[in-house]
Amino acid sequence: MTAFALPTATEPYVPPSISDTHLPEVLPWLAEYGTGFGKQMVMIILSIILIVWFFKSAIKNPKLVPGKVQFLAESAYGFVRNGIGRDIIGEKNFAQWVPLLFATFFFVLLNNLFGAIPFLQLPSFSHAGAAYAMAIIIYGTWIAVGVKNHGIRYFKLAVVPSGVPGWIMPLMVPLEIISNFIVRPLTHSLRLMATMLAGHMIVMLAATGARHLIMVQESLAMNAIGVAVIAGSVAMYFLELLIMVLQAFVFALLTAIYIQGALDADAH
Amino acid sequence: MISNELILAAGAGANPLLPNPWEILVTAAGFAVLLFIVVKYIAPAFEKSYQDRVTAIEGGLEKAEAAQAEANATLEQYKAQLLEARTEANRIREEAREEGAQILADLKTKAAEESARITEQAHRQIESERVAAVTSLRAEVGTLATALASKIVDDALENDDRASRVVDKFLADLENQQNAGASN
Repeated sequence: MTAFALPTATEPYVPPSISDTHLPEVLPWLAEYGTGFGKQMVMIILSIILIVWFFKSAIKNPKLVPGKVQFLAESAYGFVRNGIGRDIIGEKNFAQWVPLLFATFFFVLLNNLFGAIPFLQLPSFSHAGAAYAMAIIIYGTWIAVGVKNHGIRYFKLAVVPSGVPGWIMPLMVPLEIISNFIVRPLTHSLRLMATMLAGHMIVMLAATGARHLIMVQESLAMNAIGVAVIAGSVAMYFLELLIMVLQAFVFALLTAIYIQGALDADAH
Repeated sequence: MISNELILAAGAGANPLLPNPWEILVTAAGFAVLLFIVVKYIAPAFEKSYQDRVTAIEGGLEKAEAAQAEANATLEQYKAQLLEARTEANRIREEAREEGAQILADLKTKAAEESARITEQAHRQIESERVAAVTSLRAEVGTLATALASKIVDDALENDDRASRVVDKFLADLENQQNAGASN
């Protein structure tokens, strides 16, 4: 929090650090981060309330010819249902996975978008814990799907590629094990966490940097650069919006791909 | 020397890969709640709305097809009926024409018969009247002639056979003359 202290003439620029994304807790109020109930958790719960409220109220009195809100909600649902679920998992099995994909996509999307809303201004998934939690849930899900559909043989199907000559197996099998069972959940979670954290850091960097350049630096040129930083941060804001939506889509898409792989493990 | 300070500051921050266990817990529990609500209430509602719409559209199409088929069938039926009605009308017209011709011929025949009958009757009546007139005239002329002759010969020939014979002869001559005149 040092970056937000009142400036003095000789104050050096202190760039924001990871610790600055760890705000003091909400409960107990202003307690040290990690000891209680924090802003990130408030936003997780807020996102659940908002998603449930919006989609439940939109479909409460469904009309055959939908109104604006119902149309928007149905389009959003249809996007996940058809664009992610049906296209990836396939016509036969997708229906039972639509709720998971729907919940995953909008949970991640809304929590990402919180990073672009003033005052909330913290993507929940920039905290590694949240991304790990989601990745673990998906990891457990697709392994369970594989075992349920193919029994214990699933692990063989998942790591022994078919149509590969036998002499290359000693190389391929360890690679597949590492790729599927170790790297996959890590990349699934860290991709989301890192993009959100980077976006958040850019916002903090632009804010503290511009403040330092305009208010602390004496030189007029430095002040002008500070204004340019603010102008540039607007462009970064829109890039961040794009990345927030894209990463939510990628996260849900990978979820669908993992489940599809587990369902059809014997098909390739 | 901003760059040095930046490196120092970045190194001093917390490790972003180390999670806050409470956040793992809250996120996982929150997602579980969300998933439960979505599975239980939201997804079924959207699927039902979608299905209802599909059913409505398909039902509407089927209904439209059925209506089209019915309309076509009715049209065919009307066309058939129209054709039948035209044939019937033609037949009736033809019959009426024949019947009319028949009636006309009948009437002509009847009229001719009737006129022949009336003419015949008139001839007969005229004949009988003529006969009656001749008979009556004959008697009267005889009487008148006798009376006249009596007056001329002064009652001498009254009630006499001779007188009667003369009259008869006279009348016969008269008749003969008349017949000769009629045959001429």
